[in-house]
Amino acid sequence: MLEVKNLQKSYEKDRPALTDISFDIKPGTFVAIIGPSGAGKTTILRSLNQLIKDDDGQILLDGNDIRTANKTQLRKYRRQIGMVFQNYNLVERLTVIENVLHGRLGYKSTLAGVFGRYTQEEKEEAMSLLKKVGLEKFALKRCSELSGGQKQRVGIARSLIQHPKVILCDEPIASLDPASAQNVMELLKDLTEEYNLICIANLHQINMAKKYADQIIGIRKGRLVFDESADLLSEDILRTLYDQDITKELE
Amino acid sequence: MINSEENIIQKPKTPRSPQIKLHEQSLSRTMIFIVFGSLILITGYTLTHLDTAGVHVDEAFKGLAITLNQMFLQPNAGSDGVPLLLQALASTVMLSILTTIIGAVFGFLFAVLASKNLTNAYLGAGIRVAMAIVRAIPTIIWALIFSIVCGLGTTAAVLGLSFHSIAYLTKAYSESIEGIDKSTIESLKVTGAKFWVVVFQAIWPTIVASLVSWTFIRLEINFANAIAVGAAAGAGGIGYQLFVASGMSFDFHETGFIVYLVILVTFALEFIAVKIRQIYLNR
Amino acid sequence: MMQSPKKYLAHKGWHQTAVIALIGGIYVFGSWALNFNSVDGFIAVPKAFAWLGIYFRPTAHSMEYLPKIWQKLIQTVLLAISSTVVAAIVSIFVALLGSKVTGINSFVQTIVRGVASFFRNIPLVAWSMILLFSFKQSDFTGFLALLLMSIGYLIRAFMEIIEDEASETMLALKATGASYFQVIFQAVLPQILPSILSWILYMIENNVRDATLVGILTGTGIGFIFDIYYKSFRFDAAGMTVLAIIIVVIALETISNQIRRVIL
Repeated sequence: MLEVKNLQKSYEKDRPALTDISFDIKPGTFVAIIGPSGAGKTTILRSLNQLIKDDDGQILLDGNDIRTANKTQLRKYRRQIGMVFQNYNLVERLTVIENVLHGRLGYKSTLAGVFGRYTQEEKEEAMSLLKKVGLEKFALKRCSELSGGQKQRVGIARSLIQHPKVILCDEPIASLDPASAQNVMELLKDLTEEYNLICIANLHQINMAKKYADQIIGIRKGRLVFDESADLLSEDILRTLYDQDITKELE
Repeated sequence: MINSEENIIQKPKTPRSPQIKLHEQSLSRTMIFIVFGSLILITGYTLTHLDTAGVHVDEAFKGLAITLNQMFLQPNAGSDGVPLLLQALASTVMLSILTTIIGAVFGFLFAVLASKNLTNAYLGAGIRVAMAIVRAIPTIIWALIFSIVCGLGTTAAVLGLSFHSIAYLTKAYSESIEGIDKSTIESLKVTGAKFWVVVFQAIWPTIVASLVSWTFIRLEINFANAIAVGAAAGAGGIGYQLFVASGMSFDFHETGFIVYLVILVTFALEFIAVKIRQIYLNR
Repeated sequence: MMQSPKKYLAHKGWHQTAVIALIGGIYVFGSWALNFNSVDGFIAVPKAFAWLGIYFRPTAHSMEYLPKIWQKLIQTVLLAISSTVVAAIVSIFVALLGSKVTGINSFVQTIVRGVASFFRNIPLVAWSMILLFSFKQSDFTGFLALLLMSIGYLIRAFMEIIEDEASETMLALKATGASYFQVIFQAVLPQILPSILSWILYMIENNVRDATLVGILTGTGIGFIFDIYYKSFRFDAAGMTVLAIIIVVIALETISNQIRRVIL
């Protein structure tokens, strides 16, 4: 269970980026955060694993507040929260399996991590996860040789090997072609059910959000304007969310 | 998180499952390893065989500390006085600007003739080889060579610095030109425009920002080289004053003062370069 | 832009003319101030090459200088390599501390930036001379001069590489809960290694050339031997030295380019 209560953040004084954001998400739920550019979607996502330090509020993961954690505790929380990026953020020069294994670093002693020493179990798990995302043949390929969709699946495998409770996806399909985008969204949706995860994705494409998400959170100018099941997203709400008529995109 | 049933099925009956490799042997990995390894070995060899001419290194470092203290914490204009030093500085700055202009003009002409996407292969290759040779000879040696023919002085310094600038800028500019999209050139060629018209109407505007960047980088290099030529070839300017102060009269207070002047100029050059680059990038 | 197209083109034409006039003006003023005659200078070039062709040409006789020149040249290359490698080792640590991505805090970043640009902008002549004063005429002097200069350059270059190439992966690994050193060794270093190596190779080439200057000033390596031949009018031997420098520099450049092609 992830509970966010009264989250506040401003980058400049008197210009709040987030005002009083609160929502709950149950395990096994795929959540899409939608809203215009600059509304604060990325800020919300990145404050959930504290890559951005927010100003006030509570972020409770199974009842523990991530915001007040010290450095060691924060590392422990972060390894329970996987993250998938728009630009994949892989180490392009390393192989696919090495990048997947990076997800284990949070569990390792500093020294073992520094030298990249992984156990046989970890390597086997990495292989089976690669199989799951359909890339087992690419394990020894350099990431720079992969296509965008394949890179994103490596990114997803890297977050899964963390044994996460939550996966945060920051615009996961914004750099992908339509076919790869469908592919990645389906994968995320399936994994959410299979592992009983909380998966939160920032999305620009409303049709994608409606198609795959269980729950949709709408953000406008740093405020939460919608937080319901995906079926309840209506044209009216979209109009207030985006200040314009974009219902065409829905059809 | 793995399904435990699946795990059991996957585990082979052999006592140990085969090692999973993390990466294959690749040429680039091996190359990086070899190059770093040999560089470190060479360094180790050199450092252990370094000739220190019997100098006690610890005492020498103490001496160096005293010298640096005199230079940077107690600088003064020494016996030459501020006006003379400023005049010398101005002439060095002038020298570097002058040679950069010469380098840029000839460099651009040669770059156009040397770029693979513009000229015939033989002319281009000829120019590139010639420029590589000119570049391989250090500026100071060019200046010394010209000073035999023209005598020690400005002409030798200008020619010496210009030669290296031309070769350097030819390479830099022609790399910029070769980076231009083919269609830009072709679209003007099909209109029947003459070669130099294409150059100045299509190529020049496309790469002007990068030309300006490279030219200012060269200006900074030329300023450093002008100091070096002044010192080592006795061609005058602030470099010569620096050489006299630090190597003949051993006035390290004055050396420090000159170094501060030089640093001020380089900061100013960097500042101007950033400003002008911004103008050209925003247009 | 709100101007009419005609006005814009007219403005652009005027602007071009002004820039050309300004540069031309600087050239004329500079020539006058430095007492440089462009015509004389231009004529001097073919004269110089004709002279080079006669006097600088190595003869059969100058072959006997070759072993000595070769020995000094090898020594110079070794000095260039070792000073670059030591500078690179120092610089990578400092750059990690000082870059915006991996740095400790903004105070340290500012200090590192300041120190690097200070080191870079102190003229090589000044380093050579003050080191000569303390360390006398020895290889060690040449080594230190090149080292201090290279450190200034490499710190800046490495910081830019880290900021350009490693910031995204750095963020991803931080999000997995990896510790600082794990992120540095698993994400930052593997990512930037090829660019770092490319810069090291470039710096070695550059240091071989700079070593000539340092050598002339401090009496070491290839610069010293050129200076001796030059000052004693043994021009054929000086020519031989220049030829050897050309061969070595171009060989280094070619090898570096081949290495770059494989690793990048």
